[in-house]
Amino acid sequence: MKRRHLIQAGSAAFGLSIAGVPLHTLAQSKKGVVNVLVQPEPPGLMMGIVQNGPTQLISGNIYEGLLRYNEKLEPQPQLATSWTVSEDRKTYVFKLKPNVKWHDGKPFTSADVVFSCDVFLRKTHARFRASLEQVESIKALDSLTVEFKLKQPFGPFMGIFENGTMPMVPKHVYEGTDFLTNPANATPIGTGPLKFKEWVKGSYIQLVANEQYHVAGAVTVGSVYFHVIPDAASRAAAFESGKVDIAPGGTVEYFDVGRLAKLPGTSVTTKGWEFFAPHSWLWINNRTAPMNNVKFRQAVWTAIDREAMAKIAWYGFAKPATGPFNSHIAFASDDVAKYPRDLNKAKKLLAESGYKGETIRLLPLPYGESWQRQAEIVRQNLTQAGIKIETVATDVAGWNQRCSEWDFDLAFTYVYQYGDPALGVSRNYTSSNIAKGSPFNNVAGYVNPKVDELFAAGAKESDPAKRKAIYAEVQKILVDEVPVAWLHEINFPTLYRNKIQNVVSSGIGLNDSLGRVTLA
Amino acid sequence: MKRLQFMSVRLLQGLLALLLIATVNFMLVRAAPGDPVSIMAGEAGASDPQFVAQLRQQFGLDQPLPTQLANYLGHVLQLDLGYSYRQQQPVVDLILDRMPATLLLTGTAFVLSLVFGVSLGALASRHAGRAVDSVITVVALVFYATPLYWLAMMAVLVFTVQLDWLPAFGFFTVGADLHGLAKVLDIGQHLLLPALTLALFYMAVYARMTRAAMLEVAQMDFVKTARAKGVPPGRIQRKHILRNALLPVVTLAGIQAGGMIGGAVLTETVFAWPGIGRLMFDALMQRDYSLLLGCFLFTAAMAVLFNLITDFVYTMVDPRIELS
Repeated sequence: MKRRHLIQAGSAAFGLSIAGVPLHTLAQSKKGVVNVLVQPEPPGLMMGIVQNGPTQLISGNIYEGLLRYNEKLEPQPQLATSWTVSEDRKTYVFKLKPNVKWHDGKPFTSADVVFSCDVFLRKTHARFRASLEQVESIKALDSLTVEFKLKQPFGPFMGIFENGTMPMVPKHVYEGTDFLTNPANATPIGTGPLKFKEWVKGSYIQLVANEQYHVAGAVTVGSVYFHVIPDAASRAAAFESGKVDIAPGGTVEYFDVGRLAKLPGTSVTTKGWEFFAPHSWLWINNRTAPMNNVKFRQAVWTAIDREAMAKIAWYGFAKPATGPFNSHIAFASDDVAKYPRDLNKAKKLLAESGYKGETIRLLPLPYGESWQRQAEIVRQNLTQAGIKIETVATDVAGWNQRCSEWDFDLAFTYVYQYGDPALGVSRNYTSSNIAKGSPFNNVAGYVNPKVDELFAAGAKESDPAKRKAIYAEVQKILVDEVPVAWLHEINFPTLYRNKIQNVVSSGIGLNDSLGRVTLA
Repeated sequence: MKRLQFMSVRLLQGLLALLLIATVNFMLVRAAPGDPVSIMAGEAGASDPQFVAQLRQQFGLDQPLPTQLANYLGHVLQLDLGYSYRQQQPVVDLILDRMPATLLLTGTAFVLSLVFGVSLGALASRHAGRAVDSVITVVALVFYATPLYWLAMMAVLVFTVQLDWLPAFGFFTVGADLHGLAKVLDIGQHLLLPALTLALFYMAVYARMTRAAMLEVAQMDFVKTARAKGVPPGRIQRKHILRNALLPVVTLAGIQAGGMIGGAVLTETVFAWPGIGRLMFDALMQRDYSLLLGCFLFTAAMAVLFNLITDFVYTMVDPRIELS
């Protein structure tokens, strides 16, 4: 018995005689408990309103979408049990699962689906709103049947029903209220396997098993605690000391992942990010010289040693990207020009571009050590090629501001691709998506009518073979023109104790798997 | 009467200073790049103009800056610190929620550092030049020179990860559902490392300061006189030397006490202690303007208050000092 346990047992026993706390409550309450790290603390848990990473990690187990997706991103039944698609690919009819209850006991029906999509999310969810543009009407045919009518066929339509894009929210709670300020946002109510229990700000968030969950026997854990620990080294120590069972991707620094994965009874997996397919690149501000010259952009991309970065900054948890499509998303093609690191070629391209030694401002992404090291490597690579680089130091707010207001020459970023090019790729390269105020649209200001046309055609097309041909062409053009310098497909590692099984059971990973884990 | 007059003048000065601080803070915070809306849009991974406009309006950021400043000062004068839209809670509630944890941590550290620091300093001065003095001086110097966060990290690695004696993070054992004495013990275990880490630096400062001041006072004529009168050495140390040497310590203790609310950011971060320092740091990173300004104002008010208290303590330690 370790000293710590002695102290614990001692204090509990002491408490027994003084305050009447039975010793065994300590052991009992540990049963069926999973401790997870979360970083940073989410701003809110109402998933229809807040969609940042930590919120999805936690609330994805409270709220559900009509469908789930497996690792190959194939749709699986969840709140909808079956669906039919019309011949013209414009009408989708979903049959809902009967006898599903909200956490407050009210029944879940087609009225909730119509309210969620047509009223609530239309007002609050920017990414869903973009897809909603394609939808003509959403109707409840009966209490368990919902019909979506599209204005025109929309290739990725079956891919937008997961809970991050289309979380079902309870109509009886929100109808007729101001959604953003509704006090119910503090106590989220969904249909998922876990229920909200308690949020002690700055400390932890507790979810408990939903005993009424509509998949019988699916929930075997009692409680899941999400611990807020602001310092990366302390998070690593918390995992190492066994106080925490799961460290989701990004919660511990990459240089710690390898070490922690070697602890006895510990595993690491990179699964569960297939839907998000995080893709990193260097924004190149196409609006100004010398970045408006394709040769200069090619020189930048050729000068960067992405293999070394994957090894040194990412400890192998990244794969050099070959172009705008992450290989996990549909229609990714490898049939494009290649830009292996070649300093001489970079210098030659640079000379041809007419670059005269202007200072180029490089904006790192302040998301931790790996990003910092990556920026240092790029700075060194570009300097070697003869580009004069000035690094601009800033915090997250400053990065957001500069990207959104186009105040940069080169800027690091990473973006989720959401399974389909029409959802997560075209937004970064089409000219209709150039607008100040967002760091996630076409920030580089790249304009090519042919690319616009191909992306539009790809979204409208529903024949996979034709879509494949369209996207293969667009990838070729983009890789030739290098609107941005693609860096890596990032494979976020999830660290976990082997006593927890079934840690990742979908293409969005922990976000909707935590309620389904089992304890050995 | 004199005291009352002094009090009211100082209070008025303090309030004016606070209002000035509030204004300067407002300007400074707005000078930083980015705003809460761009942060939230960035975190969402997607945004469109409607989303941004909606949030700006909700946060009141669509108003001209002078109007926002006037609104803010108006609310501050009514003791209303505003509402954190990011956290969906009134700022006062957020601060008061975190207050007990911070006060427990900084208060414990304050008492520890003062008691041990002054005792060690007195001990060292009494044995000046001998082994005890050397040990105390060297140890104090080491803690004085060691960065706080490094010390904290090492403490976690040794006592939590390697030895497994103490909990790694937080305020209490989450989910243990302890009550009564068991809960007190549990919090005590969690408190130990952060409080010690925070206390060590000030302990070193007090020890060095007390030692130096006592050695200086020990050379003075009245001490020689006391000795010549045959006053016992222990009594000379306590009544004549220590009391006269305490003034600089009181000054520094006043500063430490004034920083009790917001001065533990690093310690709170490393040990995941849910206090105000972290609240403030998060608010800064997230540009949560109202919360950040609320925290600033709160810490400023504490500093003003403890300045006042320090002045009173001076008169108690040294009756020759008058309030005027």
